[in-house]
Amino acid sequence: MTATEMRPDAAHALIAARAPRRWGAWYVAEHRFRGMKAYTQTVIATGIGSPLMYLFAMGVGLASLVDANVEQNGLAVSYLVFVAPALLAMAAFEAAAEEFSYPIMLGFKWNPIFTGMGASPVTPGQIIDGQVIAVTVRIAVTSGLYYLFMLLFGAVPGEFGWVSLGSAVLTGLAFGTLLMAYVATLENDSGQIAMVMRFLVLPLTLFSGTVFPLTQLPWFLQWIGWLSPLWHGTELGRVVSYGHPEPAWLSIVHVAYLLLLTVVGWMLARRVAARRLNR
Amino acid sequence: MPEPVIEARNLVKKYKDFAAVDDISFDVAPGESFGLLGPNGAGKSTTMRMVGAVSSRTAGSLSILGLDPDEYGPEIRSQLGVVPQADNLDEELRARENLLVYGRYFGLPRRLVAQRADELMAFAQLDDKVKAKVDDLSGGMKRRLTIARALINDPRILLLDEPTTGLDPQARHVLWDRLFRLKEQGTTLVLTTHYMDEAEQLCDRIVVVDEGRIMAEGSPSQLIRQYSSREVLEVRFGSQNNEVVARELEGIGDRNEVLPDRILIYASNGEEALGAVTERGHTPITSLVRRSSLEDVFLRLTGRSLIE
Repeated sequence: MTATEMRPDAAHALIAARAPRRWGAWYVAEHRFRGMKAYTQTVIATGIGSPLMYLFAMGVGLASLVDANVEQNGLAVSYLVFVAPALLAMAAFEAAAEEFSYPIMLGFKWNPIFTGMGASPVTPGQIIDGQVIAVTVRIAVTSGLYYLFMLLFGAVPGEFGWVSLGSAVLTGLAFGTLLMAYVATLENDSGQIAMVMRFLVLPLTLFSGTVFPLTQLPWFLQWIGWLSPLWHGTELGRVVSYGHPEPAWLSIVHVAYLLLLTVVGWMLARRVAARRLNR
Repeated sequence: MPEPVIEARNLVKKYKDFAAVDDISFDVAPGESFGLLGPNGAGKSTTMRMVGAVSSRTAGSLSILGLDPDEYGPEIRSQLGVVPQADNLDEELRARENLLVYGRYFGLPRRLVAQRADELMAFAQLDDKVKAKVDDLSGGMKRRLTIARALINDPRILLLDEPTTGLDPQARHVLWDRLFRLKEQGTTLVLTTHYMDEAEQLCDRIVVVDEGRIMAEGSPSQLIRQYSSREVLEVRFGSQNNEVVARELEGIGDRNEVLPDRILIYASNGEEALGAVTERGHTPITSLVRRSSLEDVFLRLTGRSLIE
């Protein structure tokens, strides 16, 4: 059907939907930002408080107990330098876990604003895209603040350290989009999200080669790290932050793996949302 | 005749083996106020979601403003205003903010949205609640805010799913007044309801829906003329006696209907019918003569009452 064969009201509708078809995801992100305003102070406070505490406790306090230098593949660095990229990735990872869990359940179920958006020209896929955009910005802000404190603590010796910001955000997205896809399938939350937080998020932050090298784990537990986006993100951060020696192919694997999880999670979430909002 | 804004032909929606909507056909003309009347679970909301281009049909054809929702979902939705059965306002935002974010979904410029938001807050009689938290609004205010939100894109068609369910009588009347104004302005209204007074107040034309099918179609007065008498006499003889007495009252009026708590006698003249009842030696505990309503039409068509 071409516009000339169309009745005027249909042609009018075609024009009216042009902007939402193109920019719908950004409108959704705009909405989410407005919602985040309610807890901006919390975001800023944790964004400042948590790097201060962690860098001090781990990098200064714990570092005085553990061997002053951590040696991996022949390169020795201070514990602060070793742990800082991990803390950065962890902060992004945890922020993503927060933003892609309860707020998604809220939008689908508890205060079904996604249903409301779905009645507008915006599509379910755009609703998901909008969440990803908004949360990416939110993680970037948290990571940016963290990175500033890392600089202040002198924890980033390498000149390409700032690239670890990107790897941290990607770590958050790799885990977060999958979490969002899972949460979108939940008809009811009878503790599943809390279980994910306790038995997935928390253990992953500890056993992903973050506060100690993955090789310190018994061999039969090391697979946790290989599967964990946090390990890949942390290792990548270490490469750019202080030139952690690892083969180039492994760095490529880190990037590819994180991208793959992000894309898979994102696409799954779009599919689940499309099914859920079209009933 | 202007082209219909909604054309549904043999519309079917199945969930596995269950047909929520089972072969429904109807047209809605521009500017018309069209109602789907039926009990809970009749398939009204499902029909509304299909018309709203958020639920794909299993079979049949559907055209909104000449467009197929399967292909032109965003285009159709850009021309609709939707008031869902359950409020889905964003409770984290303030009242007016809800309109601001919603207007953006239609790709409208911020300035235009802000201007319309102010006008609509006034239209919804919520001028003094601009900065109120959604949570602090009463049920009626939330509904009015939802209607205001649905109007932010100046829609061709306004879809209202059970707009006044759960509201107290005063709040319902305020809402009806607002909807009536929209109708006067020429907005096409499509609403579902299980309240016959609401359908009578607001609708030019009604389809009575039950178990996913259309039972009857017409204006409220046509339906009442066709399926009921002019007046109805309601008499009560105590719940244990109604059945027995009803048999002895046969022949009075056009027909009668025995409900658990009362007998309805359909007659063109209720007072005369009451006279005939007492002539037969029965004195009801209470009696009431009233005009026929859509409730009676529904009872006649389905053998059940609308609100169960």
